[in-house]
Amino acid sequence: MPVQYSGVLEEHIAVRKKVGLFDVSHMGEFTVKGPDALAFVQHVTCNDVSKLAYKQIHYSAFTYPEGTIVDDLLVYRQDENEFFLVVNAANIDKDFDWITSQSSGFDVELKNVSDSYAQLAIQGPEAVKIVETLFGKVAVEMHYYWFDYGTYEGSPCILSRTGYTGEDGFEVYCPPSIAVALWRRSLELGRPYGILPCGLAARDTLRLESKMCLYGNDIDQTTTVLEGGLGWVCKLDKGDFIGADILRQQKEEGLERKLIGFEMADRGIARHGYPVYLEPGGEAVGTVTSGSFAPFLEKNIGLTYLPIEKAKIGTEIYIGIRKKTAKAVVVKTPFYKRQK
Amino acid sequence: MVLEDFYYTKEHEWVQVDGETGTIGITDHAQKQLGDIVFVEVPEVDTELEKGDEAASIESVKAVADVFSPVSGTVTAVNEALEDEPEMVNKEAQGAGWLFRLRLSNKSELNDLMNAAAYAKYLEEEEG
Repeated sequence: MPVQYSGVLEEHIAVRKKVGLFDVSHMGEFTVKGPDALAFVQHVTCNDVSKLAYKQIHYSAFTYPEGTIVDDLLVYRQDENEFFLVVNAANIDKDFDWITSQSSGFDVELKNVSDSYAQLAIQGPEAVKIVETLFGKVAVEMHYYWFDYGTYEGSPCILSRTGYTGEDGFEVYCPPSIAVALWRRSLELGRPYGILPCGLAARDTLRLESKMCLYGNDIDQTTTVLEGGLGWVCKLDKGDFIGADILRQQKEEGLERKLIGFEMADRGIARHGYPVYLEPGGEAVGTVTSGSFAPFLEKNIGLTYLPIEKAKIGTEIYIGIRKKTAKAVVVKTPFYKRQK
Repeated sequence: MVLEDFYYTKEHEWVQVDGETGTIGITDHAQKQLGDIVFVEVPEVDTELEKGDEAASIESVKAVADVFSPVSGTVTAVNEALEDEPEMVNKEAQGAGWLFRLRLSNKSELNDLMNAAAYAKYLEEEEG
């Protein structure tokens, strides 16, 4: 996946207003099958898998005993005892080793099937029309965070109404052998709708505007699920899972810090790693975890962890931008939310 | 596109000289490398710059690039339009997308810079 094709700004806007096509074949896919599949996925992830209907998807995280995050992922329920997990590319080996190490006592078969799938993301308000032409009515009938099966030139595909952009859209998992044909056909069908092929840079700005976390930047093995703002996918009452005790305790005692969104008040772009201050000339309280110019909002935005008492909306903070200190304000997130 | 009548640096800045005044910007090649430019910070008027001093910064969505002054002098004007239209550097890097003007304090420094032909050759070698 290149950083950009025609340019990050127009790629970003194409996804918000029309449609964009991403080659995200680098993502990792695992299958979990067996009599204990449900119990096992419940054990290693924090969301409540028992609530998933067949062909339904949810966002979740693999947790460590400390309540911190191994990776964030999507969980697909394919059948009573079959799950499909989609994980971050950089974490494929780490995740697979981790879940394998946690599987003793569970009657499950775990497979890393990452090499068997390419993935195209067709994202934006016009995406559904392209996917409908490719795969038929099934696309139109599918709700957000559900999936179904289709075939393209006789090859089986998984069609998932999900994405990492904050727009309506689909992620299509297909055999690598047909990926190029599917890419070309999608571009061809999308041409009347103004489709653009999109790169990694637009993927990053789109997900940041929608405040979707990037593992390794905004969440990692040092941040708990609750601190990272993933409380909505952390079901502490679902029964036991790895890290549940610590997370319950953290919820009861209250967080000491949490991930917040800010908008620059002064001129300047906050970027990953820049120091964050509560007052100019003070001690740094953290660093910017993600920061960028936001192409659709035309603002400079970012994410950082703040002490809980400073995490309120409207709080002024300061970002060290090279030699200068620039004011920013804590704002409500997501920065961008699509109209439904 | 390498324009005549400009002096160039290996860091892809340019100077256009008119009497004692030098206008400074980044080259068309540099703006292409950066991609969509969304933020430009220029020096303050009256700042005294030595050749090689960090004078401005240009940010695209994904990258930050420092601009070093190719010559010594005192800043006499800055391109304030870039505050609202940073994309002007993409559109006209060697025209309306200029960054700042200096009153040159040592015109002999121009001898260390490349002319258009030398810069064009340098680009070829760099890309080659």
